Amino acid sequence: MSEAVLDAEAIAHKREHPARAAVRRLLHHKLFMTGLLLFGVVAGIGIAAPWITDIDPQRLSMRNKFLPPDENWVFGTDNFGRSLWSRVVWGAQLSMIIGASVVALNAVFGTLIGAAAGYFRRLDNALMRVNDALMAFPAILLAIAVTSVLGPSTLNVILALSIVYIPRTARIVRSSVIVLREMEYVQAAVAAGAGHWRILRHHILPNAMAPMIVQLSFLFAYAVLSEATLSFLGVGAVPPTPTWGNIMAEGRDFLREAPWIITIPGVMLMITVMGLNLLGDGLRDVLDPRLRIQQ
Amino acid sequence: MIGVAFRRLLSAIPVLLIVSLISFGLMRLIPGDPAAAIAGVSATPAQIEQLRRDLGLDEPIYLQLIDYYRGLAQGDLGRSLLLGTGVFAATMERLPVTIGLSLYAMVFTLLIGIASGIIAALRQNTWIDQAAMMFAMIGISVPNFFLGLLMIILFAVHLGWLPSGGYVPFSDDPVGWLRSLAMPAFSLALLQAGLLARITRSSMLEVLRQDYIRTARAKGLSQRKVVLKHALSNALIPIVTVVGIIVSLLLSGAVVTEALFSIPGMGQLLTQAVLNRDYPMVQGGLLLVTTFLVMVNITVDVLYAVLDPRVRYE
Repeated sequence: MSEAVLDAEAIAHKREHPARAAVRRLLHHKLFMTGLLLFGVVAGIGIAAPWITDIDPQRLSMRNKFLPPDENWVFGTDNFGRSLWSRVVWGAQLSMIIGASVVALNAVFGTLIGAAAGYFRRLDNALMRVNDALMAFPAILLAIAVTSVLGPSTLNVILALSIVYIPRTARIVRSSVIVLREMEYVQAAVAAGAGHWRILRHHILPNAMAPMIVQLSFLFAYAVLSEATLSFLGVGAVPPTPTWGNIMAEGRDFLREAPWIITIPGVMLMITVMGLNLLGDGLRDVLDPRLRIQQ
Repeated sequence: MIGVAFRRLLSAIPVLLIVSLISFGLMRLIPGDPAAAIAGVSATPAQIEQLRRDLGLDEPIYLQLIDYYRGLAQGDLGRSLLLGTGVFAATMERLPVTIGLSLYAMVFTLLIGIASGIIAALRQNTWIDQAAMMFAMIGISVPNFFLGLLMIILFAVHLGWLPSGGYVPFSDDPVGWLRSLAMPAFSLALLQAGLLARITRSSMLEVLRQDYIRTARAKGLSQRKVVLKHALSNALIPIVTVVGIIVSLLLSGAVVTEALFSIPGMGQLLTQAVLNRDYPMVQGGLLLVTTFLVMVNITVDVLYAVLDPRVRYE
């Protein structure tokens, strides 16, 4: 590409709204689009669950146990003759619900705590010490301990994973806010008599969003993965709830006779996590070039 | 260096204090009556009362807290309800198994991660680079227990090369230890290896652009010498900072790896404790593992200051 063309492009971009420019660059980012496709397929399956399954994921049928995948049973059946297609599809829905809930709670509370710590210096020390302490625990161990205290259920898994990951999100928001607070345009707003709320809402937080959005896409992946891990260990949503981790935990005893029971949800899990990782890498390249992994 | 160590130790005090408070609070946050929840549904009221007294839950909360810290100061973290032994002793028995597994996994992590990162950087934008980064992406995306299950199907069920689980202590039979932990360590390592490969690659690319590398090339040094002596030693410095994160990830990952391969380590101890509502074990074990992790991070920071003198003056 010649320099003249680059210049012309640069000028054209100047007029574009930054959000539009970001979307346009994302649409041309191959890895981001691959990630979006992978994640989109899983999310789509999860959303469409009621329409694309006709068998209750919990219906037992001992006559049909251990059937390998064929034209009648797309994903085969498990040790209780339950349709693995139904279970995996409903499991996708549960993974999406848990991932999205953890991300939403992180977006709200991570921003609140991070903004408070970064903007109000007096709160910083106290908030960040608690934050550091929560981050010092190995993630899965803390999640296990919290679910054990609250009792195993889908809602409590969401709460536990939020407690584990909100400190990490808050730290990222805080570090952007600390930098932005010292910017000249923020000082100008202070001088013009703007209140704290207005400064945070209009001047600081919109500019602190990029790193957080990147973080949230990776967080979605961690949340889905951690939920599967918790149910695999038997401390997540209670069986026979069809979660990928539960299905894999049950399939573990039948590795020899029915390897598809663990392979299919495992591959789904991997596709989801890889899709989100690619998506996150793409978002980081476009939204937060400072953190860009060199190409 | 001593200054860095001292400052880091000081800053760890409030963190450990809050960590211990959170551990203390855990059992008391059980909704409803903690003693009844721990005793289980089949317990009689008398048994629940007995348990409440044994755990000190009948005392006012500030007395419980004073007792808790007095115990901590004496190395007494309470008694496991399930095992009947002290929490500290149970942890000290199991933690070495997990540390052994983590070190084994660390060897895989460093070998695979650093080697593929360097190769990818040296062959930037070729198919080798792309293949290495694809491999790294798979590494960070495949759940370690799924990889472990696949390895069991292949190497234990079909080929019969390795045991599908179980643990041989190193002191009994070093070769048996290596064999019994080969699959667990590898499946545990792949995530961190993928992360490390990406970090090594970008750190290496950064260094290879520096003037002193050009100078080294210009004075006629071989590629091998430039890479190994000049580039790598500088590229590895930022990698040291992620060792703490890697250890944390390994300890987290070990929980599920140990459950999968029936390895009697810390992760299995804590999972069993959780499943059996052995809360003294959960809170004490959590506190000890986290303290261990904080100590690892301090060591890493001090090491970083030794390797990179610039850090000392910050």
